[in-house]
Amino acid sequence: MATLPVDDRAITERFGPHLSVMTGLRLSTTAEPERLVKTHCCFCGQQCGIQLKVRDNQVIGFEPWEEFPFNRGMLCPKGVKRYLQGAHPDRLIAALRRDPSAPHGFSAIGYDEAVQTVAAAIDRLQRTHGPQAVGLLGGASLTTEKTYLLGKFARMCLRTPYIDYNGRLCMVSAGVANKKAFGIDRTTNPWSDMVGTEVIWVAGSNVAECSPITTNYLWQAREQGARIIVQDPRITPAARTCDLYLPVRPGRDAALFAGVLQLLIEHDWLDHAFIEQHTVGFEQVAEYCRQWTPARTAEVTGVPERSLRQAAEWWGTAATSFLFHARGIEHHSNGVQNVLGTINLVLASGRIGTPKCGYGTIVGQANGQGGREHGQKADQLPGWRDISNPEHRRYIAGVWGMDEKDMPGPGVDAYEMFRRIDAGEIKALLTICFNPKVSLPDSTFITRCLEKLEFYAAIDFFLNDTARHADVVLPGSLHEEDEGTVTQVECRVIKINKAVDCPGEARQDWRIIQDIARGLGRDRGFTFESPREIFEELRIASKGGVADYSGITYEKIERQMGVFWPCYSEDPETGRPVDHPGTPRLFERGSYNPVARGAGPFYFPDGRARFNVAEYRPPVDDAGDEYPIYLTTGRVVSQFLSGTQTRRIGPLVNQYAEPRIEIHPRLAAKLGIADGDWATAETRRGAMTLRAMVVTTIRPDTIFIPYHWPGEKSVNRLTVAAQDPVSKIPQYKVCGCRVRRADGPPAYAAVLEPQQ
Amino acid sequence: MATPDHLHFFIDPSRCIGCQACVQACTECDTHRGESMMHLEYVERAESTQTVPVVCMHCEQPTCAEVCPADAIKRTGDGVVQSAQRPRCIACGNCVMACPFGVPELYEDRQIMMKCDMCYDRSSVGKKPMCATVCPSQALFFGSREQIAQLRPLSAPVNRFQFGDQVITTRVFTMVPRATAARQPWVDVTAAMEDRPPARAIMLRVLPAAPPAPADAPDPFAEVVI
Repeated sequence: MATLPVDDRAITERFGPHLSVMTGLRLSTTAEPERLVKTHCCFCGQQCGIQLKVRDNQVIGFEPWEEFPFNRGMLCPKGVKRYLQGAHPDRLIAALRRDPSAPHGFSAIGYDEAVQTVAAAIDRLQRTHGPQAVGLLGGASLTTEKTYLLGKFARMCLRTPYIDYNGRLCMVSAGVANKKAFGIDRTTNPWSDMVGTEVIWVAGSNVAECSPITTNYLWQAREQGARIIVQDPRITPAARTCDLYLPVRPGRDAALFAGVLQLLIEHDWLDHAFIEQHTVGFEQVAEYCRQWTPARTAEVTGVPERSLRQAAEWWGTAATSFLFHARGIEHHSNGVQNVLGTINLVLASGRIGTPKCGYGTIVGQANGQGGREHGQKADQLPGWRDISNPEHRRYIAGVWGMDEKDMPGPGVDAYEMFRRIDAGEIKALLTICFNPKVSLPDSTFITRCLEKLEFYAAIDFFLNDTARHADVVLPGSLHEEDEGTVTQVECRVIKINKAVDCPGEARQDWRIIQDIARGLGRDRGFTFESPREIFEELRIASKGGVADYSGITYEKIERQMGVFWPCYSEDPETGRPVDHPGTPRLFERGSYNPVARGAGPFYFPDGRARFNVAEYRPPVDDAGDEYPIYLTTGRVVSQFLSGTQTRRIGPLVNQYAEPRIEIHPRLAAKLGIADGDWATAETRRGAMTLRAMVVTTIRPDTIFIPYHWPGEKSVNRLTVAAQDPVSKIPQYKVCGCRVRRADGPPAYAAVLEPQQ
Repeated sequence: MATPDHLHFFIDPSRCIGCQACVQACTECDTHRGESMMHLEYVERAESTQTVPVVCMHCEQPTCAEVCPADAIKRTGDGVVQSAQRPRCIACGNCVMACPFGVPELYEDRQIMMKCDMCYDRSSVGKKPMCATVCPSQALFFGSREQIAQLRPLSAPVNRFQFGDQVITTRVFTMVPRATAARQPWVDVTAAMEDRPPARAIMLRVLPAAPPAPADAPDPFAEVVI
């Protein structure tokens, strides 16, 4: 049974989110820490280095880590206050069992009993319905060791094809497009290559709020003479002072890129030598772009023709450039095409694989990169291997010591897993590091699916909104209670270090997974004693794959302050053992990679990059007669993802307490809405009432609502479950909506605290 | 120990992204944990995302100290204006009203004025102030004149501020466009207050000879039909 055991509000009363505040040692001006632990922030993909002050098994504050080369001590407010998630009143310190007779819906049970309950339920359902009756959902904030173990657990212990992760909501459009164009899915350059370049194109990335540390790189580049182009429906802080602002209508990015490429072709602002020597497929792309005249592009994208021409001229005539994008162009049912559109601009310029010339996607989650490489993705095995490729399967089966025939094939994406729950095919679910009830689109459907589950177990350190549906909750570990590696935005593999022990009955997540395997009596291959042991196996499992980590050790990470993959243990050219330093910049001319084997710098047998026709398709559920306004969603700087952690940190909640509807004064005036009024936004899925924030910094035909809140404050009750046909990323960034002034405050306003 | 003479504080509002890392980090400072001495405000959020971070400017002749009837505000030899001293401070609030930058604040519960002291516990032992260390846009920068010149060739530091008839010189610098700073190296704060913030950017009209105010810049959404 996975309905809520008692009323949602009763659960909130006991399990929060409540706010942590600075008290005791955390407020003391005299308490000296016992030690400083060098580690990284637990939130976004920038993975800023930070030192945690530890005393009495508690993190009592932070000290900047100025030596770490990526952020040099810089932090955003989330990093500064991240330590307040520890020693929190809402922290789960015992296992919980669903108990409708308990006032708050759950009773504490012993850890061993909880593990046995989970194992028994899995065993029972798999015996009755087959191994695929159980699904697993992981997350990209987990260390790479944990994601590796989770993938192995699904394929070897549970033998279910159904595993996927919340990176499906995040980086998959970039991943697919990178693989199609370059044969490898990775940001191509270290961020330091941005400073000194002539043009930087920021496509759909609100760096100020979503990846704040990147802002300094951007401003440094500007001081050194770079022109900055920002493409966004909102005048973000980076757009405020950029050299060229492209106010794109939501969902029209592929058209914009095609239109600009057409201008590059018309003016012959192309690197013919590069296109000739290092790429294939340019002609088909040029043929497609022919229809994208400046006039038509301007009409479709909402970007004035003069701005398109300016962008094309600056991009076309630059000697060096950097282009990066984020969810703004990726969160679309046309996400892969949008990303391919940016790559076509880069390839046409030939400016890749040399200093000060780069391309990249800004990953959203801590381990957005590493979390997609080693096996928790539905179609993938460690080292970016393909679960449908017989040779890859044999290799991994060999590492794991299992018969390749017993290994399940590819599963389905996270959203499709819910459809299979709805269809009764998946009957039990285990989740970790994923809060789909808040984070997946059309979340009313997700709730209905959760209620259909015969058994649901969640691993988490707080009772997240989805875990409230669980039959059993296992108390997991906070970031600072474990060690392991993650791979940050530049593809630098870095080390997370343990600062404190888990409290009470809470356990490190990898131990919990292994305990379940033991409970099932299938613990062969799940007897690791430490994250380091898991990493040592991962090195072997990734060896020879595109994401080759075999040359990385914990010691090398510490010595070099991070190692960029691929990092080989054996030279791919000679096969001899090598002390490889890693690969900060990809695609350098004359570089050798194990796929091209010397044929060229890109990761295809012929060594050439691929132009791909990047076709514009209008969004699903586009704005129209009945729902005339575009709804777009995103982040605010003080909150992170579904807010499980950040909505519990007092100072961060105080910074931006509740979601608001950003709306332009022209639209607001037309609708009779004033700043601070309650307004109702409605789509084909549902309606929500929030306060309006009337600002000129958004397109007048578009509203923006941030997505970090649950229940009636969750914008994902409104978003559409349309997905990219290949990457399966949901279309969070656009759907049709209508807005009206609300008669009064919604019922929740009187009873819920802002963060709840 | 003293804050080294060659190290300075530089503020560049055009870089500020309003993230409040400085405000949050300030509350982590050991001398006033739990309280922020930073001021960070939107200029006019309805019209722009422009925010301005304000630390104590550490005036050469601090108005706050000049108006203090209890002589509770001291400027140390290294040019840092300290928070009010106990037990001298009588919490009269003169300094709060007199400071042209609006920096000092009265803490009624403790009956004392507190303000930014450039993280004296850190800067006096060679560390950077907390806010300038964490600032992800480096709108707040702490370092030498040579460093700032090398890192920011398009901007120039200015430390003279005009408020009507009063001209104040400060230890803290504001970064302004290099070309205009060369013509007139002070900031006319009163004139800047008259600026109406334009839709896209607020490029603080700090200098009389500044380029045409972007208030005249076209509305980027002018062509959007609703």
